[in-house]
Amino acid sequence: MAEPLSGIGVSPGVAAGPVAQMAPPPVVPTDATPSGDPEAENQAAMDAMRAVAHGLEERASRAPGEAASVLAAQAMMAEDPTLASKVTEGVQAGKAAITAVADAFQDFRAMLAAAGPYMAERVADLDDLRNRTIATLLGVPMPGVPDPGHPFVLVALDLAPADTATLDADRVRAIITEEGGPTSHTAILAKSLGIPAVVTCHGATAIPEGETVLVDGTEGTVAVAPDEATVQEALDAEEAKLAALRSLSGPGRTSDGHAVQLLVNIAGDKDLAQASAADSEGVGLFRTEFLFLDRPNAPTGEEQQAVYKRVFDAFAGRKVVVRTLDAGADKPLEFVTVPDEPNPALGVRGLRTSRRHPELLEEQLTAIAGAAAASDAQVWVMAPMVSTKAEAATFAEQVRGHGLSSGGVMIEVPAAAIRARHVAAACDFMSIGTNDLSQYTYAADRMAGELADLLDAWQPALLDLVRVTAEAGKALGKPVGVCGEAASDPLLALVFVGLGITSLSMAPVSIPPVRASVAAHTLAECRGLANVALDAEDGRAARAAVRDATRS
Amino acid sequence: MPERRVVIGSKVGLHARPAAMFVQAAAKQPVKVTIAKAGGDPVDARSILSVLALDARGGDEVVLAAEGDGADAALDELAALVSRDLDSEG
Repeated sequence: MAEPLSGIGVSPGVAAGPVAQMAPPPVVPTDATPSGDPEAENQAAMDAMRAVAHGLEERASRAPGEAASVLAAQAMMAEDPTLASKVTEGVQAGKAAITAVADAFQDFRAMLAAAGPYMAERVADLDDLRNRTIATLLGVPMPGVPDPGHPFVLVALDLAPADTATLDADRVRAIITEEGGPTSHTAILAKSLGIPAVVTCHGATAIPEGETVLVDGTEGTVAVAPDEATVQEALDAEEAKLAALRSLSGPGRTSDGHAVQLLVNIAGDKDLAQASAADSEGVGLFRTEFLFLDRPNAPTGEEQQAVYKRVFDAFAGRKVVVRTLDAGADKPLEFVTVPDEPNPALGVRGLRTSRRHPELLEEQLTAIAGAAAASDAQVWVMAPMVSTKAEAATFAEQVRGHGLSSGGVMIEVPAAAIRARHVAAACDFMSIGTNDLSQYTYAADRMAGELADLLDAWQPALLDLVRVTAEAGKALGKPVGVCGEAASDPLLALVFVGLGITSLSMAPVSIPPVRASVAAHTLAECRGLANVALDAEDGRAARAAVRDATRS
Repeated sequence: MPERRVVIGSKVGLHARPAAMFVQAAAKQPVKVTIAKAGGDPVDARSILSVLALDARGGDEVVLAAEGDGADAALDELAALVSRDLDSEG
């Protein structure tokens, strides 16, 4: 067995299985020459489109609910008569089949893209269809998530949202990507599905198809062609670890009894059963964007209230922190965001969109308040992307004005963290979004995989801002939570507790290891570990030093 | 040529599920039906991509047109479908 490959473990767990590589999108040859037989060219193009449509229909018949309708809608596109006639026209004008297909798809792509950002998912569906048709014509492997017909370990350069819509969590044992970072779409998806995952794993795409790999999503390692005994040993050890974790339950506590709320992040009402079944004290981050995405206008108050009520009812008796609409930057909404901002991450996003559309926030708060009044959950509401005390004060007053008990803010902008004492005085609680706070603190795009070291939540400058915020909360008696991906790191959770964080919110799958980690240390030990991290030079050194300190 | 002017009843417009339902219904008709936004070029109602690219929103008026035997019946059926709120139907 060769030396294991290493990357960043982003979703915990150990799994083994045969590799299925996700083929890259096919490249249309620029020098494709027509055969001179338009009839034959046309036949080839039509056959390829029909084969793609059949493949999608076949997958739709096997896929569960939502995924089936996505696939069926895509199959309809593949059988579109106007698309077919455009291809035929192209071939008759003397183009090669592959060129005619690429051009016809390009025409429709431009038309859909021109209709606005909410059409983005349809454009992604169309691109996928184009790639499938081109791959069929070229006779190269089908792009997209492979379907070898048995459980497998998925290996890809990186995963796009469109790739994951039809990903079958029962078949995919683990995910390995060559690129992507700790806050990439792959990482978030894998964690929400509870699939072990390793990202930025150099050499992954060179692993031969069908080769067995052993993936450790906690350590970030991938063993290629391990012997059976090694695999069995690793799986047994993982099972023993999980059994030990399962034996702990209930609210988070340090070993000396200091309470740390353990909460779940949810992004919709789809996985509600799984999320509410998790042993947690409630929801630390209920993202509401899903209600607004992929549609040309805002949902009605009634529609919103019904969804909020479902979520609150699922968490009756527990806390639910709702985050108001966080549009803009990587989540553009046609009816909210400003088009063509030169730098959308620094533009009108989050709470800032309410400057232009106060009615949207007003309507959302009314819907949340209506649902809260009709349910038994403790509903807190917070705003994303707050920068100043004045914004915090206005928002908190607005929340209370709707009869809701608690209005707070996300701390994602360094300005708000630096002035946390003032911000805390103006509202009821604070919740730190580590992904955006690290992006803005380090001036590093959170989607830039090659800047992953700067985006590392262990970076001491980020931890300094967490410390300042937690201290402000403590001084004023206001709760301060962490709801970014960082909260799910069992080791970093200790540092957060030591810095004075009162709640940690994460994917349900991450709670047991974090609970166990916190339960194994006293508050004083956590404070010591926090100091060790703050004294380090960079993120890597901070993690290594804290790890060493916990082992000594 | 027989025509029907109809206001889109689905709040999301002719997108997503309502668009798919409309295109499927159009494909079942014995005649070719076109759809256009007021003042716009008509497109084949059986083409999901063309219908999506129309970008017809809830409350917009569209023009359905067809010719030949059964054109009126086809237009009546499709016009009724377009005017309903398809997205809220189960």
